[in-house]
Amino acid sequence: MQHYRDNPQAIRALVRPDAVHRDVYLDPELFELEMEQLWRKTWIYVGHDSQVPNAGDFYTTLIGREPVILLHDAEGAVRVLPNRCAHKGTKLVSAVQGRCAGGALRCPYHGWTYKLDGTLRTVPLRGGYQGTGFETAEASRGLPQITSTNYRGFVFARLAPEGPGFGEYFGDSLSSIDNMVERSPEGRLEVAGGVLRYLHDCNWKMFVENLNDAMHPMVAHESSAGTAKRLWEQTPPGTPMPMVIEQFVPFVNGYDFFEKMGVKVYDHGHSYTGVSFSIHSSYASVGEYERRMVEAYGEERTRRILGEARHNTVYYPSLTIKGAIQAIRVARPLAVDRTLIESWTFRLAGAPQEMLARTTTYSRLINAPTSVVGHDDLHCYRSIQEGLACASNPWVSLHRNHSPAESGSLAGTYGATNEVPMRGQYRAWAQYMTLGMPEARS
Amino acid sequence: MTAAGPPSDAALAEFVYREARLLDEKRFDEWYELFTEDARYWMPLTRGQPDGETHTSLFYEDKLLLRVRIERLRSPNAFSQQQPSFCQHVLQRPGVEEIDVAANRFVVRTPFMYLETRLDTQHVLAGLAWHHLTSIAGMLRIRLKKIELLNCDAALPSIQLLL
Repeated sequence: MQHYRDNPQAIRALVRPDAVHRDVYLDPELFELEMEQLWRKTWIYVGHDSQVPNAGDFYTTLIGREPVILLHDAEGAVRVLPNRCAHKGTKLVSAVQGRCAGGALRCPYHGWTYKLDGTLRTVPLRGGYQGTGFETAEASRGLPQITSTNYRGFVFARLAPEGPGFGEYFGDSLSSIDNMVERSPEGRLEVAGGVLRYLHDCNWKMFVENLNDAMHPMVAHESSAGTAKRLWEQTPPGTPMPMVIEQFVPFVNGYDFFEKMGVKVYDHGHSYTGVSFSIHSSYASVGEYERRMVEAYGEERTRRILGEARHNTVYYPSLTIKGAIQAIRVARPLAVDRTLIESWTFRLAGAPQEMLARTTTYSRLINAPTSVVGHDDLHCYRSIQEGLACASNPWVSLHRNHSPAESGSLAGTYGATNEVPMRGQYRAWAQYMTLGMPEARS
Repeated sequence: MTAAGPPSDAALAEFVYREARLLDEKRFDEWYELFTEDARYWMPLTRGQPDGETHTSLFYEDKLLLRVRIERLRSPNAFSQQQPSFCQHVLQRPGVEEIDVAANRFVVRTPFMYLETRLDTQHVLAGLAWHHLTSIAGMLRIRLKKIELLNCDAALPSIQLLL
């Protein structure tokens, strides 16, 4: 039964100022509409330009459900192109990454070739198209351009030709990417250390909401981080603290810690926790790294850069980053109850190897399909997916620290146990789910 | 092993079979004791991965991290295990790849299938297990267990027990 298509009022009614209806997680039609609206009209993270360092290098992925190619073109720019031959729809490249042979994309089926900017170059036996109307058809136009922006290496795309501009959409939330990049003494990041790909049998929004949920770590992660903490407390005094303990233990800090770290909320669903400090603040310093930073930026600026220890920044809806640990997580929705979470790690150009080891260790401990932290998170998301089948209460509460006076923009800084980042996400969700949808059936 | 010489192929194979059995039977304390103090339990994320530090792994556990896993599995707050998982290793005959008596180093290669189940959901994984063993006071111990997962590059569900 169709409830939501062409019915923006019904979609908006799913989002109250302080709660959200269970259908946003359960309804397959809403998932279809998310793919058509939200994931096409907002800016979705595609990849990092260090994945395609040379002309002709490509990396393939999905935006929503549409296969795309991140491509380094002949002029040195990074483009996003649909991975679909203009002829019959064959994917032009099927490897995850590689280099186009001969400086062109060539379809494996009938051998149509495209320049690296997507324009159609050759079609075998072209004479067969004379007088057929081909010259005015879609197929002759090559690969349609996809609007994209390369922000300091992070490439985002907006599939819909119309929608918010990049700067308007992300605004000052981009300062988290700035800080991550500036943590490199050379001001440059490189993807390194592989990608963890963790299948989540839940709706993508549960994952994204959790990234700024400061009320769950001490509960959900007691069995993992709490166990690590207890084992550490049993070691003889004077034992040097292993990196894994340093990374695990802050997860079971108390409510006070998480409240005081603060959360900053932006318009359009973006936010970050860890305004004042975070679970990443107390890592042991790496002397050689700090020496190189001071050499590059001077004492004062280095202190300012490293003094930011933002926890998770959510670039709604697809990307979450941890600048302080140089790891990002990307949500790739597969179905209403199925999501792929990719965890990528970065090398800080010019930093000692030890920094990458810290990053890969963190990502393994927290983000891997084998992670004892990840297991309990995913267990909770899956439980929501199942628990929401209870029809007696269709509403998911987002009341924590909500003020009935809360209206207009939610942008601002709050205590981090506030559920305001989720309220902000659902405002953006309702806005972009209904953007351009014809109003009201009578 | 006795003073008579290095462990026989049969003894090395027997060790690998027993190690898998301890995991399947959740005899984790006995399993933990099979590892040397400086041991690693490693499952790389990519084929031919050179190390566990400049590249992310699925597992790269020292004894402390193995202990965290074992203790967590017993915790009443391990929510993802409130309906517990069970596993079954199915091993092909372990093959002895290297015997270096002078270095006290014995390497055994074992193709395996691994099934992990939790109520209605069962996952099947396959790969190669490499046991780097050493003999301490006449007992074989694991210096390194390296598990090369056949589909290490796949999108994987939660893997909650130990391969």
